[in-house]
Amino acid sequence: MAIMARVAAGAITLFARFITAVRAVWEGIEPIPRQRIYFANHVSHGDFILLWTVLPARMRRQTRPVAGADYWLKSPIRRFIGRDVFNAVLIDRNRDTRIDDPIEQMADALDGGASLIVFPEGTRNETEAPLLPFKSGIFHLATARPAVDLVPVWIDNLNRVMPKGEIVPVPLICTVTFGAPLRLEADETKDAFLARARDALLSLPKAEEGNA
Amino acid sequence: MTGHQIDLLKLLAGLAAVLVAASLVGHLLQRRLSPDGTNTVVENLNDRVNAWWVMIILMGVALLFGRMGAILLFGFASFAALREFVTLTDTRRGDHWALASAFFIVLPLQYYLVYIDWYGLYSILVPVYAFLLMPIVSALRGDTDRFLVRVAEVQWALMICVFCVSHVPALLTLQIPGYEGRNLLLIAFLVVVVQSSDVLQYVWGKLLGRTPIAPKLSPSKTVEGFIGGALSATLVGAGLFWMTPFTPVQAGLLSFVIVLMGFFGGLVMSAIKRDRGVKDWGHLIAGHGGFIDRLDSVIFSAPIFFHLVRYWWSLT
Repeated sequence: MAIMARVAAGAITLFARFITAVRAVWEGIEPIPRQRIYFANHVSHGDFILLWTVLPARMRRQTRPVAGADYWLKSPIRRFIGRDVFNAVLIDRNRDTRIDDPIEQMADALDGGASLIVFPEGTRNETEAPLLPFKSGIFHLATARPAVDLVPVWIDNLNRVMPKGEIVPVPLICTVTFGAPLRLEADETKDAFLARARDALLSLPKAEEGNA
Repeated sequence: MTGHQIDLLKLLAGLAAVLVAASLVGHLLQRRLSPDGTNTVVENLNDRVNAWWVMIILMGVALLFGRMGAILLFGFASFAALREFVTLTDTRRGDHWALASAFFIVLPLQYYLVYIDWYGLYSILVPVYAFLLMPIVSALRGDTDRFLVRVAEVQWALMICVFCVSHVPALLTLQIPGYEGRNLLLIAFLVVVVQSSDVLQYVWGKLLGRTPIAPKLSPSKTVEGFIGGALSATLVGAGLFWMTPFTPVQAGLLSFVIVLMGFFGGLVMSAIKRDRGVKDWGHLIAGHGGFIDRLDSVIFSAPIFFHLVRYWWSLT
């Protein structure tokens, strides 16, 4: 199974590169293996695949996406991709029925040495707005593990590659831009922190503007 | 080993010699002027030379594999170019099917038709069939916002990146008496003339360039660079007559046409980049920018070269 997962991971990243020729822009951090929480905009199921693809192989193995269990446990193939290939931290998004606390699950993963990929909007953005309001999860995570750097990551153009409801992707060039890390400051309120994190993500240059 | 492979290897050996010289000069310049990597002109020059090594090795391997190799090589170049081009267009959700069929139906079909040598269809597939069918696909989605601009952009992308580029491997289908089995050398001739023109214009421009030729479009292009580059590339082309079915004078004249088309093609593609507010089409090749940045002059010269040779030399 482990070999299968490796082969599948290779095939998925190769396919992602074929379609998007994805390029990483390391603006605020260096690509060095250090524990981080990457938080990114969310427009498609391919988001974490793209982010994962541009990480150097050594960092990739230690980086786990946080994803909704309802989606990734639905069919055997999704379960294989979500669990075995990406080693995702699968959380139950339904507040009323869930047994595990998602923040605890993420904190456990961090304690295990992993870096995380999270999407603080909580769901895919299908609006015209660049970014939805952030859910409070990222604040609680930062409170639980304040010593880990939070790195804003802007994934550009993927919404045009595969808009919602389409099955066939259109090959277009995508970029993944890593911004400067931030941490929860002492006495920072939830709203102030969420606003600051959201602004940090929005202020990253988009490929169309900063092509030079 | 057949005759054309020996000629191709001769050519590759010649190019390798030029590149070895360029790499040595680049290395010396770097030690003199840019020991800490701060002289951008020298660094860019070395990036370019390194990328040339990769491009010439890829080209050589593909051409040694014959028709299939050439089809796959230029088919992939078309794909990468189309990906860059469409990235810079303003298409909308409503164009999704049209774009997907451009990539996954029109492009492979065009190259398949070139492969099976169906001239009557591959020369009208994009200008007629795609031209009529793609706007229908977009119209069916019902989004009329900037409709004409969007369908025109998709059509332009296909003409430039697929139709024009596919005329390079199409050179393999020409039947020239006394030149059977050697058509791969026509591709090598076209590519070497176009690219040496680009390189020589760059070199002449850096050495003597004073007067901008199109300051609004491309500030780095100069009259001196253009004249020096065009004339010396024409001479290079004339000197390559031994691998073509042409006499030295014919090879020189054809090279001149190729060089002119390539130069103006570069200007047109610069105008599009200016319009879109970008410096390069992409980032795929270090020092060169994107695929289209390297292909733009081939794109404009390939169909013209193809039809000139087809009209005057080919039986078909």
